[in-house]
Amino acid sequence: MSKNLRITNSKFIDQTSRISFKFDGKTLYGFKGDTLASALLANDIHLVGRSFKYHRPRGIMTCGSEEPNAIVQLGNDSSMTEPNTRATEIELYEGLEASSQNCWPSVNFDIGAINNFFSPFIPAAFYYKTFMWPASFWEKYEYFIRKSAGLGKSPTKPDKDIYDHKYLHCDVLIIGGGISGIIAAKTAAQNNLNTVLLDDKNNLGGTTLFQNNECFKINNTYSSEWLKKEIESLNSFKNLTIKTRTTLAAYHSYNYLLARENLTDHLSLIEKKDKIRQRLWKIRAKKVIIATGAMERPLIFNNNDRPGVILSSSIKKYIDYYGVKCGQKISLFTNNDTTYETAISLNKSGVTINSVIDIRDKSNSSIVKEAEKLGIKVHWKHTVVNTNGYKRISSIELMKLSDDGAGVVGNKSKEECDCLGISGGWTPRVHLFTQSGGKLKFRDKDNIFLPDKSESEQISIGSCNGDFELDDIIKNSNKSIKEFLNLNSSDYENLEINCSKETDKKNIWLLPSNKPLGKTKPFLDFQNDSTAKDVKLALREGFKSIEHVKRYTTTGMGTDQGKLSNMHALGIIAETAGVKMGELGTTTFRPPYTPLTFGTIVGRNVGEFFDITRRTPIHDWHVEKKAEFENVGQWKRAWYYPINNESMHEAVQREAKAARDSAGILDASTLGKIDIQGSDASEFLNRVYTNAWSKLEIGKCRYGLMLNEDGMVYDDGVTTRLDENHYIMTTTTGGASNVLSKLEDYLQTEWPELDVYLTSVTDNYATVSICGPNSKKILSRVIPDLDLSDKEFSHMSFKNALIDNIKCRVMRISFTGEHSYEINIQSSYGKSLWEKCFEAGKEFNITPYGTETMHLLRAEKGFIITGQDTDGTITPVDLQMDWIISKKKYDFIGKRSLYRSDTIREDRKQLVGLVTDDPKEVLEEGAQIVSEANKKPIEMVGHVTSSYFSPNLNKSIALAVLKNGKKLKGQKMFVPMKNKTINVTITDTVFLDKENKRLNA
Amino acid sequence: MFLINCPYCGERDQSEFSAGGEAHIVRPKQPTELSDDQWAEFLFMRKNIKGVQLERWNHAHGCRKWFNMVRNTSDDKIHAVYKMGEKPPIK
Ligand SMILES: [Zn+2]
Repeated sequence: MSKNLRITNSKFIDQTSRISFKFDGKTLYGFKGDTLASALLANDIHLVGRSFKYHRPRGIMTCGSEEPNAIVQLGNDSSMTEPNTRATEIELYEGLEASSQNCWPSVNFDIGAINNFFSPFIPAAFYYKTFMWPASFWEKYEYFIRKSAGLGKSPTKPDKDIYDHKYLHCDVLIIGGGISGIIAAKTAAQNNLNTVLLDDKNNLGGTTLFQNNECFKINNTYSSEWLKKEIESLNSFKNLTIKTRTTLAAYHSYNYLLARENLTDHLSLIEKKDKIRQRLWKIRAKKVIIATGAMERPLIFNNNDRPGVILSSSIKKYIDYYGVKCGQKISLFTNNDTTYETAISLNKSGVTINSVIDIRDKSNSSIVKEAEKLGIKVHWKHTVVNTNGYKRISSIELMKLSDDGAGVVGNKSKEECDCLGISGGWTPRVHLFTQSGGKLKFRDKDNIFLPDKSESEQISIGSCNGDFELDDIIKNSNKSIKEFLNLNSSDYENLEINCSKETDKKNIWLLPSNKPLGKTKPFLDFQNDSTAKDVKLALREGFKSIEHVKRYTTTGMGTDQGKLSNMHALGIIAETAGVKMGELGTTTFRPPYTPLTFGTIVGRNVGEFFDITRRTPIHDWHVEKKAEFENVGQWKRAWYYPINNESMHEAVQREAKAARDSAGILDASTLGKIDIQGSDASEFLNRVYTNAWSKLEIGKCRYGLMLNEDGMVYDDGVTTRLDENHYIMTTTTGGASNVLSKLEDYLQTEWPELDVYLTSVTDNYATVSICGPNSKKILSRVIPDLDLSDKEFSHMSFKNALIDNIKCRVMRISFTGEHSYEINIQSSYGKSLWEKCFEAGKEFNITPYGTETMHLLRAEKGFIITGQDTDGTITPVDLQMDWIISKKKYDFIGKRSLYRSDTIREDRKQLVGLVTDDPKEVLEEGAQIVSEANKKPIEMVGHVTSSYFSPNLNKSIALAVLKNGKKLKGQKMFVPMKNKTINVTITDTVFLDKENKRLNA
Repeated sequence: MFLINCPYCGERDQSEFSAGGEAHIVRPKQPTELSDDQWAEFLFMRKNIKGVQLERWNHAHGCRKWFNMVRNTSDDKIHAVYKMGEKPPIK
C-alpha cells in the first residue's frame, strides 16, 4: 500500500486544502501547491512510465521542464486529452486525471518490456537497419511498431479551449525569476524602464527561494530570507510587469520573442470553464536579459535509469519546497559540492542518508565540512557500478575508482536504498541565447558551454552565464546589468555575502564499471532509450558529426530534446573521437524550448477566423436559393444552383442551356477592379498589356492580356476607358491583389515618371452580368432610358446610367459569347439591383448560373481562364492569341521574352481543343495525352486543362495544352486512364459560334 | 522576425512587409535591342550574396511603398533603408 512521505514543514504547500486526483485510474490525494510529480512522490509512487524502446520501468527523475520520464497523458475526454505533458510541470488541481504513456496494457505489466531482454539485439538504429528491408514490408512493420511505441494519444475531437495571442512592447525583458532575474528586474524598474519579468513557475525565486543553509547567507540572513524581501519589494513598481507560469518559447532576431502564459491549467475543472486557457505573448523588447539558470546533469553509469534514481537537486526541492521525501533510505552519488546541500536538507528533515558517493578524491569546501560534521558518510573516489530493483531501485553496488578514473579497483560493496540522488554537475541553459543567433564558447574547468558573442541587444546573467556560486551570481549579475542598462550604481553594490566555494572538480562522462561496456546499460537519453554504447557504436560505424550521431542513435530526439544528457553525448563522442569538446560544437536547440500546444500557436485563428471569408453583396440571395458555393481565393462564389434534387451535373447542364436559349444571370462581383487615373494612364496601359491602348475611345472597352517579364501569361481582363485620363481595369478574381502589387511595383520603381494612380475598388462595386439572347430585353426593362441599339451601344462599349436615381456603369461585354451586359453599381445596392434584374427577367426564364456554368460557357467559346488553361509556362503565342500582341508597340512587359530562343520553339505546348470519339465521354481535367497508345515508356505530350459536357453542342469538349499542338489539328491522340484509353481528335479551340453571331444577336 | 524601419512609416514588424529580391536591377530601356544573353542577364541572373546585400522591400500591409534595404544575409542585420531612386548609403 502507498505510504505517506509528506513532512509538514513546507511553507509553499497549503496542507489545509487537500486535492483529490486520479493517476492510472487510482484516486490519490495531494495539496494545493503540489505538482503531479510531487503529489505522486508523496504517495510513494515513482514508477510512472515505460521507456520508448525497451519499455523499461521509469520513474520521476527531475522537478522541471527537463523531465525525460514522467511524461503523462492528461485527461481522458476525447477533445481535452493532452499527451506528452510533464508530471513535474503540471500543477495539481481538483479533478485532475492522468495516466502513464507508452505502456500496454499497464505501467506495471508491459508486454513491450520483452524488448529489454532482447536488447543486445536492438542496437543503435535497429529500426532503421531491420525494418527498412525489404522496402515493401515497411507497411506491415509500421503498424506493429507504432502500436507498441506510441507516445501518447492525440485528442480525436476539436479542442474546446480558448487560446489567445497578444502583443507586448517593453524596454527590458527579463527571462527567469531566480535570484539574478529578480536583481535585474528591480534594477531596471528602479531606473524607470518599462520592464517585464517572466518565469515559468507559479512563483518567483528559483532555487534560492528554499536555500535555508548556514553556508549561504546575504547580509547575515539566509539567502532565501533575503530574496523573499527583494521579491516583496517588486510590488511597488508600476512600470514592472511580472508574469508567472509563462514560458519563453522562442527567441527570434531583432528581440522578437514568443512566450506562452498558462492561465487556467492549474485551476480546477470548474474554475477553468469558459476562461482563456493559454496566451501566446508576441514580445518586442528593446533589451533582453536572460536569467534562465542551469540544470543539473545526471551521471552515466550502469542501470542509471531505475525508478527512484532522481537528480540530487530535485530531491532537495521535493523536500525543501514540497515537503516530500523521495525515499526513506537515500543514497547520493555526485561529482560536485551541490549534492551536499541536498544531504544537509535531508538530514535536517530526518531522512536517513546511507552515504554520499563522490567520485572526487576530496573536497575542502565549507558545505562538505558541514555535512561531515552532521555525521553524513562520504565514500571519496568511489563510483556506483550497478543498481538493482526492477520497478524501484532497491540497492546500489559501489567500487573504488582507479587513479586515472578509467576503471574500478578493489572489492564491490552493496548499499540498500529506495532512492538514489545523482549529480553530474551543472549545464547553463543557453538555448535562448543560441536561438537568438548567439555563439557559444566552451569552458574547460567545468565542461560547460557559455554565451559568447551575440548580435542582439541582450545579456545572460547568473548560472545560465556560468556563475554557479552565490557571490559570483550577485556580483557578476549586478556588474553586467549596470553595464547593459548604462547605470552608475545599483542596490546590490555592498552586500555581505557568505557562501561555500567549490574547491575540487572532477568529471567522468561515462563512469567505469566492473563489467565490460557491452554488458552494461548506461543510459544517456532516458526518453529514447539510447545508451553510451549506442553512441560508441555509431562512432565505430563511422559517424562523426554530432548531428548525425544524434539522428542515428535518436539521442536527444525525444520530446525533451535531450535536455539532460546532450552534454554527456558530446563528452563521450569527443573522448572516443579524441577531439576537444569545444571544437566538436553542440547540437542546435530549436524552439520551442518546451512543447507548445497547437491551440496556443493558432490562438483565435480557428474555424471561421482561420482565414478571411469574402462574400459578395448578393451572397444572401444565393444562400436563399440554396446555391452550392465554391472557394475562389478568399471569396465564396455561387458554384451552381440545384433545384429539387438535381445533381451538380444536372444543374450545370440546365443553367448552361438556359443561358444560351434565353437568359442567364451571374454574380461577377468578385472580379478584381482597379481604378486607374492620371495623365499617363493610357501610356501605362500600353506598357502593361500586350495590345495597344492609346487609341481606345472614351466609352469603349478592350480585352487585355498581361504578361510577366518572362513572357508568360499572368492575368487577363477587360479594361474600360471611362474618360480621357480614367480607366477601370478588371482582373481575375484570384489575381486581383497580385496584379495591383505588380502594377504598383512598376509604377514606383521602373516608371516613377508616369502620372498614374491606382486604387483597388473591387469591394466598392457589385457586378451583375446578364447574358443570353433575351438579355437586351431584360436590360431595357431595368433601365428603360438607356438606348440599347447596336449603333448607340455596341459590343465592347460602356454607358453611364441611372437606375432609380442610383449611378451605375453598364458595359456590353461578354465572357460567354452571348449578347450580354455587366452592370456595376455601388456595393450596397448590389442585391436590390440583382433582384430587380431577376424580376425583370422572369418572363424570359432568367436563370441564375454559377461559376461552373460560367466555365462551361466560356469553354464552348474557347475563352481561356488564366490559372486553369495557363500555368505560368504559357505565352500568348502558345495560346494561339498572336492577334493580341501589338507589333507596333516598342515595348511592354514581357515583350522581349516572346522571341527568346526558348519561346519561339515550335514544339512548345500549345492550346488546342479536343473532342472525344465517343461524344458522351468526358475527359478528366489534368489527364495526360499521348500520341501512341501502346508505346512504352509512355511519352506524355500534353494534358487536359478544361473539360465539360456541353449541353448546347450535345457533346464532350475539352481544352488542352499539347506539344506542337498548332500543327496537329485533325490528328488522333489518346488519353490513357486507369481502366481504359480514350480516343480523341485535336480541334480548334472555339467549339461554338465561330462567327460571333450570338454576340450581336 | 525583423523590425523594419519603413522610410515612410517608421519601425514596423516584418509581417507587414514583403521582400522583392535584389535591388538596383534596372529594367533595360530598349529591350528589343538586347541579345538573348543580355536579356537573360537582366531577367534571370541574381547575385544571391552571402553578406551585405542591397534588396527591395515593399510595405505591403502598410503604406504599400517600395523601398530599398541594406541587409547582411548571413546575420540578418539591417544596416540601412532608403527610398527608391536614392543612392545606397555606404555599406
Ligand atoms: Zn510604410
